[in-house]
Amino acid sequence: MRLRELFALPTLSRRTIEVWRRNAKVFMKTYRVNFIPPVVEPILYLAALGFGLGLFVKEIEGVSYAKFIAPALIGITIMNASFFECTYASFVRMYFQRTFDAIMATPLNVDEVIAGEMLWGATRSVISTSIMLAVITVFGLATYPFALLAIPFAFVGGLMFAAFGMCFTAITPRIDSLNYPTSLFVTPMFLVSGTFFPLSALPSGVQTFANLFVPLVPVVKIARAITLGRLELDLLLSLVWILAVAGVFFIIAVNIMKKRLIV
Amino acid sequence: MWNQARANPLADIIKAENLTKDYGDLVAVKGINFTVKEAEVFGFLGPNGAGKTTTMHMIQCVSPKTSGKLEVAGLDVSKEPREIKRIIGVAPQETNLDPDFTVIENLLVYARYFGISPKGAQERAEKLLEFFQLGGKRDTAIDKLSGGMKKRLLLARSMLNDPKILILDEPTVGLDPQARHLIWDLIGKMKKQGITIILTTHYMEEAAVLCDKIVIMNNGEILAEGSPRELVARFVAKSVIEVKNSALALDCLKDSKDRIQTEIAGENLHIFTNEPKETLELLVNACGVQSTTVRDSSLEDVFLKLTGRMLRE
Repeated sequence: MRLRELFALPTLSRRTIEVWRRNAKVFMKTYRVNFIPPVVEPILYLAALGFGLGLFVKEIEGVSYAKFIAPALIGITIMNASFFECTYASFVRMYFQRTFDAIMATPLNVDEVIAGEMLWGATRSVISTSIMLAVITVFGLATYPFALLAIPFAFVGGLMFAAFGMCFTAITPRIDSLNYPTSLFVTPMFLVSGTFFPLSALPSGVQTFANLFVPLVPVVKIARAITLGRLELDLLLSLVWILAVAGVFFIIAVNIMKKRLIV
Repeated sequence: MWNQARANPLADIIKAENLTKDYGDLVAVKGINFTVKEAEVFGFLGPNGAGKTTTMHMIQCVSPKTSGKLEVAGLDVSKEPREIKRIIGVAPQETNLDPDFTVIENLLVYARYFGISPKGAQERAEKLLEFFQLGGKRDTAIDKLSGGMKKRLLLARSMLNDPKILILDEPTVGLDPQARHLIWDLIGKMKKQGITIILTTHYMEEAAVLCDKIVIMNNGEILAEGSPRELVARFVAKSVIEVKNSALALDCLKDSKDRIQTEIAGENLHIFTNEPKETLELLVNACGVQSTTVRDSSLEDVFLKLTGRMLRE
């Protein structure tokens, strides 16, 4: 694949939203099931880690352990919701259900199908984040009004992980192969992105690497700043990083998917 | 509810010139030429791997051509895919109905992709369900439908956008005879509404019943083109006598004055002849052949003659 093809700008019309609407309609049909993870997971994590393990942990960065990990749970949910939507769920729609083929036989094009899928992935992040934020609020771990910024931020962060997910979906031969990015990309990030312990606990070389290249790091950083109400100017740098990476991988995802689907 | 028959039924609606498609080293379609006229039922016949589905995909603008010319309703497939897709309805070979939705939801959601208003979609979907005899299944989940119902729902979905051209890829494959005949009946009704229908099939009987014109494809090439009747008349003799394949019968036919063509089909010998009575007498009296069947030759005979009996997998 030539570089020019890899970075070609997608051709999108407002019909892109119809792909999003299709997925939203399916989601609403089974909304009870879909709401379980974002409600239950933070309760479990906060109970076990925040209030259980937290008894043995000193304050970190001036806050209790529960307050330290609550925003990380938001960062993780932003990652998981969109990444899993655009890997396993998109793969099922593409490969087993042939939903993409069906849509591509209408005036929509492949760019719009893939873009719509990623926009929907980002939306899943927004939905999960909103629910999680409510739970965290009940535990008294969020600072308002700043915490509300987590909701629009979830869309931006979600779009980045949706794009990563879609890139993996485009190159995966079978659904089982998606276990590789899950175990080698998502799980390590989940553990060491300043989520359950501060980055400063890592060796300085690893810290630098994490700050420069690990996508969950800026997401957790911003989520934490928002939830604790500690906004600082250098967060803008993290936001720009996320926007740039999201944009680039969004375009790459569309183009490698096109390569896979248009033969 | 549908457009009336077009004013000029003889206008060309699809034109392919030297149309070629290759996948790397594999040439799937090798420079074919054909013209489909408006309101015609046009059939693509051929064994697996002949290039039928690839050709369908190029017409419906989901697979780009490698070279040659392909125009649909006067539009170039590589320049105006959206416009073309707007006027085409497609019922694919393998079902891609949306299993996350019920029957009616499948139609309503699909209508959005064409930009049909919710109200218009609702009306049209209800009418289509009636027409395709799915009214009672309106709120049923897709996985509860029989094979025939799924095919009918695919047909209903392909009609949502009031298409000028319908592409039906193997519309009755895997169905029982009752379901098949119902679909033939429905395709006949759609044809009467003036829609141009392009279909691919393995079933010769289907092609003979439905198609005004047929092309027979093999290995990416068009081997023959014409109406079913013309093709039978052109390529095979009027009648076929089937006898047990024996050296005796073959040997004996050599002496016949008629130019008789024979073909070995498994355990049987097919003898093509325009003089079935004389040939039969010869076989029974002079050659001592006992059990025989005489029948009119069919499109299937043409197909097997042109594409060979080799198994395609």
